[in-house]
Amino acid sequence: MQLVSKEHKTKLLYDHYMRYLFIASASLMTIIIVTIIVFVGGQGLLTFKEVSPLDFFFSAKWDPMGLEYGALSFIVGSLAVTVLSILLGAPLGLAGAIFMAKIAPAWLSKIMRPATDLYVAIPSVVYGFVGLTIIVPFIRTYFNVNIGFGLLAASIILAIMILPTIVSISEDALRAVPKSLEEASLALGATRWQTIWHVLLPSALPGILTSIILAMARAVGETMAVQMVIGNTPQLATSLFMPTSTLPSEIVVEMGNTPFGSAWGNALFLMAFVLLVLSLLMILIIRRIARKKVI
Amino acid sequence: MSAKLFDKLATLLMWLAGIVILGILAAFLLYILYKGVPVLSWDFIFGKSSDIQAGGGVGAQLFNSFYILLLSLLVSIPLAIGAGVYLAEYARDNKLTDLIRLSTESLATVPSIVLGLFGMIIFVNALGMGFSIIGGALTLTLLNLPVLVRVTEESVRNVPVHYREASLALGATKWQTIWRVVLPNALPGIITGITLTAGRALGETAILIFTAGTTVGRQIVNFDVTAAGETLAVHLWYVMAVGLVPDRVEIANGSGALLIITILILNLLFTIPSKILQRKLGAGGH
Repeated sequence: MQLVSKEHKTKLLYDHYMRYLFIASASLMTIIIVTIIVFVGGQGLLTFKEVSPLDFFFSAKWDPMGLEYGALSFIVGSLAVTVLSILLGAPLGLAGAIFMAKIAPAWLSKIMRPATDLYVAIPSVVYGFVGLTIIVPFIRTYFNVNIGFGLLAASIILAIMILPTIVSISEDALRAVPKSLEEASLALGATRWQTIWHVLLPSALPGILTSIILAMARAVGETMAVQMVIGNTPQLATSLFMPTSTLPSEIVVEMGNTPFGSAWGNALFLMAFVLLVLSLLMILIIRRIARKKVI
Repeated sequence: MSAKLFDKLATLLMWLAGIVILGILAAFLLYILYKGVPVLSWDFIFGKSSDIQAGGGVGAQLFNSFYILLLSLLVSIPLAIGAGVYLAEYARDNKLTDLIRLSTESLATVPSIVLGLFGMIIFVNALGMGFSIIGGALTLTLLNLPVLVRVTEESVRNVPVHYREASLALGATKWQTIWRVVLPNALPGIITGITLTAGRALGETAILIFTAGTTVGRQIVNFDVTAAGETLAVHLWYVMAVGLVPDRVEIANGSGALLIITILILNLLFTIPSKILQRKLGAGGH
């Protein structure tokens, strides 16, 4: 006697195998990221066959024709634009988030949400192009320097590009603070600003920090916009107005003229690997913060 | 200073921040459109580009942008829905799930230039595709995947539990429940996610320079996936950074405006049906 009809059996079998398909596509994420680390890292680390790590990380002499592969100026450039853009963009973004979450009338918040999405939708080449046609000449005129390309121009453009990340994630964090905390503070006679400063911001701090770190990840990896305004000169910047270069901008400028597998090409891959490690580190920090939030 | 006065001052500052944020965006968009829209003409939008002479168009680049986007979405949507459904419906709270989540988050923060170099090693060199539309599309898939996975997972999670319970109680298998009940109800969210991803992918440059290349074929419309396929965003960068054409600023202005307009239209086209769908589903249930 057949307890389960054949048709039903097929269905159950189907159900069983679909599950494996789902697991396979999910595992693909892990496979992809591991492959990226292995291949970019593997290609990059080949550099050390010809260049000592000491030279790569601590020398600013970048002259591939003369077999000098010191990437210090690019590393410093990347870190400098990231920190500067956060200093410029984070206060504005955070203030905007507070405004959207607690102060703006409902209709204005409704306009600002899609507006922050639009910020993300603008392509980075367009940001770079506007930087090139507005910000660089502006710096040249008003700061009385003769070039205009450099750290300041790149940081201003990046500060604008990271705004949506900071605004939207911080706003979510602020809105997630329980209403009772806010009401308790107001009931004690605190003004709105005192409530925001002493109650809301401390409670939303993990979310705010996450937004800032994600913004840093975006800034450090941004390629096109930075390349168009930073001047692309392999030298250590000693002022905000000096043309210099960052890890991603240098890669995009030089990769095209580099034979694949040469020491020069490998050094560029190593720079990409440094970027990769930096962005993975940021993810680990964010996870740390998120775990603390639960406890 | 009294607390009340300070409160007023702070409120004023926050208003100022809000206005500045909106103002920067408005200034950006208006500037790009103001500079670029006069350049847009039939010949520019659908014409052939030129390497040396002035007056080149961006027809082939525009076609390539959409072609590469379409190919990459064809690959990434099924994979992302699979992974998103797994995380929302099947995944238990264990090490494997945690690893998959960590991988997705990490993939989302990998700088696009790194993805570009990776695509160059794997697709362009190792698999011998050369600078090609297919190489660019596959690399672009890596950028789309994490965002789509996250959006799918969220939308699937937002489907009320009692929908699933009703379906399972009627004797449907888990797969039937997912296919007939959960996914249709999660669709509006997924469509919104696809639009956001598509907009981002359309403007992506760093990934495509070393995978799809900076040249175009001789025809405007070229379905050959092994041909090199410079996109509109790459073209904008290329003419400004390396280009030799005398009217490069005009081309860049026009390309910028065209990109922005395309992305705005894309968003409108997809967000409206998804909103209507959402309203319909909302009216039918709950």
